[in-house]
Amino acid sequence: MRKTIRFLVPMMLMLIAVMLSGCSDKYIVLDPKGPIGESQKDLIWITVWLCAIILVPVLILTAVIVWKYRDRKDNKSAYQPNWEHSTKLETIWWAIPIVIIAILATVTIKYTYDLEPSKPLESAKQPITIEATSLDWKWLFTYPQEGISTVNYVQIPEDTPIRFRVTADQAMNSFWIPQLGGQIYAMSGMAMTLYLQADEVGDFFGTGANFTGEQFAKMTFDVKSTSEADYKTWVDSVKSSAPELTEEGFQQLKQPGSSDKQSFSAFPKGLFDQVVMQYVGPNGADAPHSGQKSGPVKDEEGGGHDTSSTEVEGQLLPVMNH
Amino acid sequence: MLKEFWDFLMNDFFITGDPLILGAQVSIGLSMVAIVIALSYFKKWRWLWTEWLTTVDHKKIGIMYVIAALLMLFRGGVDALLIRTQLAMPQLEFLHAGHYNAIFTTHGVIMILFMAMPLMFGLFNIVVPLQIGARDVAFPYLNSLSFWLFFFGAMLFNVSFVIGGSPDAGWLAYPPLSELSGSPGLGQDFYIWGIQISGIGSLASGINFVVTILKMRAPGMKLMQMPMFTWSVLSSSITIMFAFPILTVTLFLLFIDRYLGAHFFTLDGGGNPMMYINLIWMWGHPEVYIVILPAFGVFSDVVSAFSKKKLFGYKSMVFALMSISFFSFFTWLHHFFTMGSGADVNAFFAVTTMLIAIPTGVKVFNWLFTMFRGRITFSQPMLWTIAFIPCFVVGGMTGVMLSVAPADFQFHNSYFLIAHFHQVLIGGVVFGYFAGLYYWWPKMFGFKLHDGLGKWAFWLWNIGFYVCFMPQYALGLMGMTRRFNEYNFDLGWQPLNIVSTVGAFIMGLAFIFQVWQIAHSIKFLKKEKSGDAWGDGRTLEWSIPSPAPMYNFARLPEVSSSDEWWEEKQRRANGIKPKPLAPLEPIHMPKNSGIPFIMSVFFFIAGFGFVWHWTWMLVPGLIGVAVCMFARSFDYDTDYYIPVDEIERTEAALKGGH
Repeated sequence: MRKTIRFLVPMMLMLIAVMLSGCSDKYIVLDPKGPIGESQKDLIWITVWLCAIILVPVLILTAVIVWKYRDRKDNKSAYQPNWEHSTKLETIWWAIPIVIIAILATVTIKYTYDLEPSKPLESAKQPITIEATSLDWKWLFTYPQEGISTVNYVQIPEDTPIRFRVTADQAMNSFWIPQLGGQIYAMSGMAMTLYLQADEVGDFFGTGANFTGEQFAKMTFDVKSTSEADYKTWVDSVKSSAPELTEEGFQQLKQPGSSDKQSFSAFPKGLFDQVVMQYVGPNGADAPHSGQKSGPVKDEEGGGHDTSSTEVEGQLLPVMNH
Repeated sequence: MLKEFWDFLMNDFFITGDPLILGAQVSIGLSMVAIVIALSYFKKWRWLWTEWLTTVDHKKIGIMYVIAALLMLFRGGVDALLIRTQLAMPQLEFLHAGHYNAIFTTHGVIMILFMAMPLMFGLFNIVVPLQIGARDVAFPYLNSLSFWLFFFGAMLFNVSFVIGGSPDAGWLAYPPLSELSGSPGLGQDFYIWGIQISGIGSLASGINFVVTILKMRAPGMKLMQMPMFTWSVLSSSITIMFAFPILTVTLFLLFIDRYLGAHFFTLDGGGNPMMYINLIWMWGHPEVYIVILPAFGVFSDVVSAFSKKKLFGYKSMVFALMSISFFSFFTWLHHFFTMGSGADVNAFFAVTTMLIAIPTGVKVFNWLFTMFRGRITFSQPMLWTIAFIPCFVVGGMTGVMLSVAPADFQFHNSYFLIAHFHQVLIGGVVFGYFAGLYYWWPKMFGFKLHDGLGKWAFWLWNIGFYVCFMPQYALGLMGMTRRFNEYNFDLGWQPLNIVSTVGAFIMGLAFIFQVWQIAHSIKFLKKEKSGDAWGDGRTLEWSIPSPAPMYNFARLPEVSSSDEWWEEKQRRANGIKPKPLAPLEPIHMPKNSGIPFIMSVFFFIAGFGFVWHWTWMLVPGLIGVAVCMFARSFDYDTDYYIPVDEIERTEAALKGGH
């Protein structure tokens, strides 16, 4: 028995360490700075506590049973070698997980609809669109409204919904800013929508989360959230001082390799949509998704039942002709 | 001409220029020479051929599976230690990025397909016919073919390490990265053919064991009287039958893309990489249940034997096994909630995934209540079983956390996920198969493994496991994503990564203890006198001598209970006389055959030809396969009878040994 305790103890300590350390600022998933990440953190804690309802008693029960019924001559506990069935007991432990899972399923379904990534955030402010493209092996960000572009860093104003549109030039990636909220896949031929928002000023860690080949580890990026005024200043300074991203420049940028942070005062018109549509043939017949014929790029979101995107799309299109 | 050939060998064929790989090449070469010399010196070539390479005896095939699996555990384990070494410190330059990517890819493929699967089939082979009172599996020849296809598939995959280049697109090889556009080298082709060839073997084994269990049970044994391990094999084998064809088709489509320029999963030409990801997980998710279900079976048998008590809730256990294998086909999408299929789809798959926790939870309660009011002995198999319960319960809970789709957006592809699946695969599958190996080892070889060294290995495995993987949950919450080969100082990931690496090396040490344990137990061999090595055996395999004679049962047993041997012992203890023995009859047995081995060699040749696009090699390979099939089809001399006097002699010799 001593042995059972000997391995239970370090395990429990480790678990407690993981749980308690939520307050440490290194645990960025549990230290969100935006509404989406906040809801996800709440959901994580709900699941932890629901799981604990089963986990803790089972661990205790295991230790007690293993100790009490060990094979010793002087063990006076009951011994019933043929006791193999009890309808009452088995009903109980079919029922307990069923109830817990039913509760968890209800919570999950509610949150799944609430946190659908393509669902616009409620805010008095108009969302800013930022397009994120996973290149081999760097992130290109284009700001269609501002007409600027960055590599491996993205700056956003606080308290403003950001509508990220995410795609990949080649290998599939995943776009993840843990402190703002969960990730979405970056897939070639697809424009995914992910709404995030930062509630405060700060620097956040962003990363690619799906393996894209040799220098995948270079695909981290910085997210800088600033006040709206600072954001405007930054946009202006990029516009006035940074070089332009030309078509040739983009072709060079998409060559395999890593990159430092870069800023560009302009980028080729409709670059993001070009990347998304690059594999579509002239008649659209061999588009990656046969359901979508040629025509304007349609966002893949929420199985197509989300109508908000088209509204936003309509507002954005003129702006894109900067 | 000669110079061109030499250039080809040194530049394209062999992987050169890496000291680690050079070391491996030299040691592989030397050990092959050593094996050849040893076999020639001891004049063992004929023995190797007649006793092993051509055998159709399920017990010997099982032993070969186990040996191959342990070798693969070594290779996969070395991969794991290299990964952990590279990650121990920020921006370490121990492995360059390409090499690191190859190593985590081969680690995953080898551990699941070439370690867990063969170890599982090894246990199937060794145990199932003995547990159901049969003399072999339903299709012994096919069984041998399954093993050799697995073996040569695994060899084809492994050879890529030193010849041609390893695959490096992750263990499930998502396109477009695994297409020619992302992986122009030969590694992906080795991946496709290595898995494809061994996959045929796995599918055949699945069918073989379903038929064996349904058709070859001893007289009187009803389905609901089968030992729980046999039930778990049935549920796992049925899952194999439905899942593996998906894998075969998926990899075949990827092969056509790469070899013939089709566009199933490419970016251009109307291909759809997302289709591949769906298909591969339609196999991949059932696959993890394929390997865990037999482990559940092992735990059920072990916990009942060493609590000296009947398994609690037999019917619930059967129902739970079968419902897990059913639901395993409806959860695949939880591997990519973040693909953005929409709330309807995500909600559906989140709930189906959670549902699996219900039967699994019931199983845990039933194991606990098997021990409740029992008498627990802490033998080696039982230690692994007891260690499994808390480990698996925690791993299962983190699995439930991952199944909550919106929360998964924060866990996906992070070290939280890595920690979760290692916890259920090591704490469940590896602990389970170890429990099974220690439990049935005396049945396989006629001696037990040393207890003291086994306990060292047990404790080191357990401590190493928690030290290695608990920090990885935390690292996941710190935002560390899987498959990064390096990370920056400023992220605060360094301390826990070092801890995790230390844990991995403790597990490596534990494996060395197990090797030592086996060597020590062979050197100081204590022959097991009784067939019922643990004294607590409950099922038919313990009613016959260890190791079992070639024909297993001289007389087929009559079965009336799920714990037939336990009941029999009770009857004898109560002085109830056994029924008079029926007279012996000649036993119908399958003949050995060299064709499965030869045919698998031809498969290897064809696969190697496909990898290199060498028509001159793949055509003869395929012709060889076809010729072997013809040869078998027209071979009518496939079986024989063991005469009664030979059975009598064997039985007498076995009794004499008691």
